[in-house]
Amino acid sequence: MTAPLLVEGLHKSFGTLEVLKGLDLVVDEHEVVCLIGASGSGKSTLLRCINLIEPIDAGRIVVEGEEITAHGVDVDRIRRRIGIVYQAFNLFPHMSVLDNVTLAPRRVLRRTRAEAERQATTLLERFGLADKRLDYPDRLSGGQQQRVAIVRALAMQPDLLLLDEVTSALDPELIAEVLSVIRELANEGMTMVIATHEMGFARDIANRIVFLDEGRILEEGPPAQIFREPREPRTREFLQRIIEAGRL
Amino acid sequence: MIEETPRAPRNPVLRVGGSSRRAVAIALASTVIIFGLIGWVVVNSPGWERVQSTFLNWDNFVASAPRIIARFEVNVRLFLIAEVLILAFGLVLAVLRGLPGPVLYPIRLLATVWVDIFRALPGVLVIYVLGFGIPGLRIPGVPNDPFLWGVVALTLVYSAYVSEVYRAGIESVHPSQAAAARSLGLTQVQALRHVVLPQAVRRVIPPLLNDFIGLQKDTVLVSFIGVVEIFRQSQIRSSATFNFTPYLVTALVFLLITIPLARITDWLVARERDKRYASAVGAATTGSRRGRLWGGGR
Repeated sequence: MTAPLLVEGLHKSFGTLEVLKGLDLVVDEHEVVCLIGASGSGKSTLLRCINLIEPIDAGRIVVEGEEITAHGVDVDRIRRRIGIVYQAFNLFPHMSVLDNVTLAPRRVLRRTRAEAERQATTLLERFGLADKRLDYPDRLSGGQQQRVAIVRALAMQPDLLLLDEVTSALDPELIAEVLSVIRELANEGMTMVIATHEMGFARDIANRIVFLDEGRILEEGPPAQIFREPREPRTREFLQRIIEAGRL
Repeated sequence: MIEETPRAPRNPVLRVGGSSRRAVAIALASTVIIFGLIGWVVVNSPGWERVQSTFLNWDNFVASAPRIIARFEVNVRLFLIAEVLILAFGLVLAVLRGLPGPVLYPIRLLATVWVDIFRALPGVLVIYVLGFGIPGLRIPGVPNDPFLWGVVALTLVYSAYVSEVYRAGIESVHPSQAAAARSLGLTQVQALRHVVLPQAVRRVIPPLLNDFIGLQKDTVLVSFIGVVEIFRQSQIRSSATFNFTPYLVTALVFLLITIPLARITDWLVARERDKRYASAVGAATTGSRRGRLWGGGR
């Protein structure tokens, strides 16, 4: 049995700043793992390393039994299988919604335009975006843009989906529509690693909560345990601050 | 929250003060007085009679205009051919200079040196060197048509400038756009071609047009290597008639062609600026913050 994702002894520094200090993580099939922790604890960096956007300094990352951090691995082939959605959406502003979604299937998977558009339209319909097909990103609300970004990642039919604080750039009233999309994906069994500040959401959706602190996993476990009876004082402290900020 | 969308600040020189008609009247009066004064000084200068007959000779104008204007066709042809080559070659240079990785350092270096050299040399020198030097080598099979070498010289000089414009455009596209493309599995080249370049090129159309106004004028430089184009033709007419009026014909042709192009360029620049300003303000008010800063490109 090979796990969709295995991270071992991951180290990553930016200059002299060591962001990830030997991190181990296993994600099982259909599992939803939420990464929580203060800003700068390494959540985003971990996701960017898994998607090979950031080169790692030490350790290894194995996806579906294949070591993707090995020398000479075709990074483009790996990235096809791992979807990532960013906090700032990063839609392509010069393309319609449909073109945003079909670009990678057409250019990377070599699908025909008709085929790619059929598949994209089905996905957009599912997430209530069918009527936005021909709009450009700047005509959409933040929530709509983020949903398009998720659809764009899904169009590549990834084995693993990484979500990097996807609601952090949204107004509060727009967050729910994005979270409901993610919830639906979780119900369908999509394997996901989600970096988030939405603790209520993490508690609802995650099979496992991973608390990152200064580049290490300090504590992990089922949501009920982490949120109700965290073992580590730092976890308790972090959750206390979240509660005081009214976010839980 | 800002409710109304504020306009981008206009150039104060172009703004006629407030709503008052008085301001317009003052502007008008002061324009008339100043230009009237300049006109008066010129017309009453001791040499006016002489200048009038040598520069502003109507009969000469009417006689010279058709032949000189006909030669403008050479400039237009030169301009159109060079422009296409410059757009393509400038883009190649810009992309080469942006290639990543230590392996490709020699290519980057070569492109950089190339751009530096042709930006540093006066255009007319490049035209001379190519137009006289290469035919002078008498290499069999190498053409010595001055028109051809004029096109090549202008392409070399202007593509160096244009590549810098492209490069500024490429660098203005936020790196997260390339990252988003790469994380979907697109290769470096695909990301450049489908995501970065389309946005970059759109942004630099106004400055590119600006360079082409310069190119349009510089087409007269090829007259130095013996191409009989509009300037050379007016020179010929001028020597034949002992009168400078033919040059006035050439000047008017360039004014008629260049000023509208300059106005269009300014209009495009202003529109691009307003659009970016408006989309930045719009993003701040709708809460889609960063997504919109790169938006507005259509």
